[in-house]
Amino acid sequence: MPAPVFSIKIGGEAGQGVKSTGLTLARFAVRAGFNIYNYIEYPSLIRGGHNVMQINVSTDVVTGPFLKCDFLIALNQDTIDKHCGELVDGAGILFDADKEYNTSKIKSSIVLYPVPLSKIAKESGGKDLLSNTVALGATIGILGGNVDGLKTLIKQEFGDKESETIQANISALQTGYDYSIKNFAKQTKDVLRESNTLSSTIPQIVVNGNEAIALGAISAGMQFATIYPMSPISGILAILAQHQEEYGYIYKQPEDEISAINMAIGASFAGARSMVATSGGGFCLMTEGYGLAGMTETPLVIVEGMRGGPATGLPTWNEQGDLRMILHAHQGEFPKIILAAGDANETFDLTRQAFNLAEIYQTPVVVLIDRNICDNDQNFQIFGTSNYKIDRGKIIDGVNPNYCRYKLESDGISPRAFAGSGNFFIANSDEHDEVGYSTDESSTRNLQMQKRMQKLQTCMKDHMQGPKLYGPKDADLTIVSWGSNKGPILESLKNFPNVNYLHLTWISPFPTQEIASNLKKSRKLLNIECNYSTQMGGLIKEKTGIQISNNLLKYDGRPFFVEEITEKIKATLKGDPA
Amino acid sequence: MTLQELATPCSPTWCPGCGNMPIWAAFKNAAVAEGWDNTNTTLVAGIGCHSHIVSFTKVNSFEGLHGRALPVACGLKMSNHNLNVFVFTGDGDCFGEGGNHFIHSARRNHNLTVILHDNGLYALTTGQASPLTPHGAITKSTPQGNLDQPINPVALAITAGATFVARAYAGDIPKLTQIIIEANKHQGFSFIDVLQPCVTFNKQFTHQFFQDNTYQLDKSYDPTNKMAAYEKAHEFGLKQIPLGIFYQVEKPSYESQIPQIRKSPLVKVSIDRSNLSNLFKSYT
Repeated sequence: MPAPVFSIKIGGEAGQGVKSTGLTLARFAVRAGFNIYNYIEYPSLIRGGHNVMQINVSTDVVTGPFLKCDFLIALNQDTIDKHCGELVDGAGILFDADKEYNTSKIKSSIVLYPVPLSKIAKESGGKDLLSNTVALGATIGILGGNVDGLKTLIKQEFGDKESETIQANISALQTGYDYSIKNFAKQTKDVLRESNTLSSTIPQIVVNGNEAIALGAISAGMQFATIYPMSPISGILAILAQHQEEYGYIYKQPEDEISAINMAIGASFAGARSMVATSGGGFCLMTEGYGLAGMTETPLVIVEGMRGGPATGLPTWNEQGDLRMILHAHQGEFPKIILAAGDANETFDLTRQAFNLAEIYQTPVVVLIDRNICDNDQNFQIFGTSNYKIDRGKIIDGVNPNYCRYKLESDGISPRAFAGSGNFFIANSDEHDEVGYSTDESSTRNLQMQKRMQKLQTCMKDHMQGPKLYGPKDADLTIVSWGSNKGPILESLKNFPNVNYLHLTWISPFPTQEIASNLKKSRKLLNIECNYSTQMGGLIKEKTGIQISNNLLKYDGRPFFVEEITEKIKATLKGDPA
Repeated sequence: MTLQELATPCSPTWCPGCGNMPIWAAFKNAAVAEGWDNTNTTLVAGIGCHSHIVSFTKVNSFEGLHGRALPVACGLKMSNHNLNVFVFTGDGDCFGEGGNHFIHSARRNHNLTVILHDNGLYALTTGQASPLTPHGAITKSTPQGNLDQPINPVALAITAGATFVARAYAGDIPKLTQIIIEANKHQGFSFIDVLQPCVTFNKQFTHQFFQDNTYQLDKSYDPTNKMAAYEKAHEFGLKQIPLGIFYQVEKPSYESQIPQIRKSPLVKVSIDRSNLSNLFKSYT
């Protein structure tokens, strides 16, 4: 039996501190020796609207969101109405005792924890704003946590704020905690008592994918980043902007995504390791520059955080609908390296790899992630830096009067020079000869096209990695998927020792043979994707000839919940029609 | 570099009498006079007749996309501010697809020299109206006369925040040479509107027209007076086209305000990030 997962949910209006409370609770749980996976839902609003965060806690690694809820912290009526139905028998619900909420919808099997949140908040000197902190203290009391650990964490989080603010928060926290201990002594749950698990002995960090991208880029020696704000990737720029002076790189906010990619190309031409990040809509504007980087053979890392499309679509929700766009964007043909990460840890690694690959192959490298990865926090062993070596690829030494920027080489990779190195060349968006002079002469065109496209062959040989297989080699059912679906799939697989999971991270070049051999071995196949038209399933068929007829698809912006995958696995194993 | 050393194996492909020829000549004269070469100077061009200049000039260059020369140049300059960066752009290139970049590059005051090849239409695509084509003009895309009012590039540059704004006539090579040198010396966004006859498609703005109707701003003109600059920018007519420096003020360039490149250009700053324990610690 896998270790149980306890799902706590906090809900309220945007502006009520749902996200910060949830993150504090998660970090507290990790420090107490637990693993967490946070799932957040929020609308594209700054005030009002409905925000929810789910904090999943377990002694085992936990990687996905659940439909069920074990403890609900309701900061408003809306949260009670929308989520009390998710509570399992014996679950608890905490709410403001003084707000006269309508609790008639709550089943009798649910334990009520009314706490005078706003009254305590006001007495602590923080008006209604501190209600979330009171609720946090009360929750820790009910769930058996150590309030001193929480106080230490709060002090660290508020490190740069005035002591009055810290004091008010500490007071709110303690009073909420004391209230629970006094009033709910017989209804406490032993959930957050400090635990001696692996995660309590190995230093852990709690990060989401946006943070992992930023940390990965800094670690990879990134020198220039230009990012136009857009959900769900704006978190990346906030971190990069903050640390630029300390680590000696430049973050620049451009006037639009067209400028972003062209600035990054200009920086890379000068010799700076460069990146952009955007979502699908911003990538549409970057499409022109995508091919410019390919044609001029300018290294560039592009992070694309997918959200629900088309057009403005579902700005703060998830989708994996941009795979085909990234694969086919831009007129004509040029070598594209496309990597898709499945969680924040992989995002950190693939971002770092992307910087090396971009410079080794002198072509754009896309790191494709989705909103769930961008926004959802998870704990991992603290990232290491010693296992990474910066590789800047082939760079010419000194000045060569006969230098050829686009010299024909059997591996497709010509020696690179930077602007101002003393070497003459034209980085040319027109088809060009070896120096870079424009030409439309037939044989030169053919040779330069072949040289550029050869890079993919070299990359397949030297760097491409196959898919990762989780679970037993021999299984009754093989699930194929990518991106953030990895989390709920692995979570569900804890209950199925006879099912394995093939996780795809290299999209271009495509590890056709390894994927095909894995799929051919399987007795049953199930493809899982967050889009309407099975974009990855189609790509697999195109490359391997294998048609996967069982599909679990979703395009409502929500992630796959663990229970949904479990249900689909059961049905597929039984042979029910898809 | 000498004029001979600046030559490439490519011969100019511009029409005989094209205004691009004297712009090219003036740039090369300035390069020889100032010692601009592959160690200290980089050229960035958009796409249009103007952009062919990089094929005929042996100075390291980036020939980008139509309308996008400026952002490439901004990224290049931020990454290596020791380089002299020249942007060659056309009036369609700069103010059609590139309009947004022009406004924002100017307001940020990047330390660039922007040379506008202003022939008043799209020439490489054989003569359609550009954002600078006069109202009523007959072109391939406006056979009934242009309904759009033209952009005033000098006034727009001043409004957007350029700190050096000048106009020159392509055919006056010595004066254009001098203005290119002065624009490059200026620390900030320098913009030169170069009036450039298109002998094939623009029958209105000919060499003769510019020779007859332009005059040099004299010594009494004060280029630090913004309102006077606007007034001069709106002077355009028979015998009434001013040339010279319309506007020049000192303001910190974008690059001079970036603390991380105060000691050395970005590309020379160490990228050893092997110790990130403090950064990671903030996520524990």
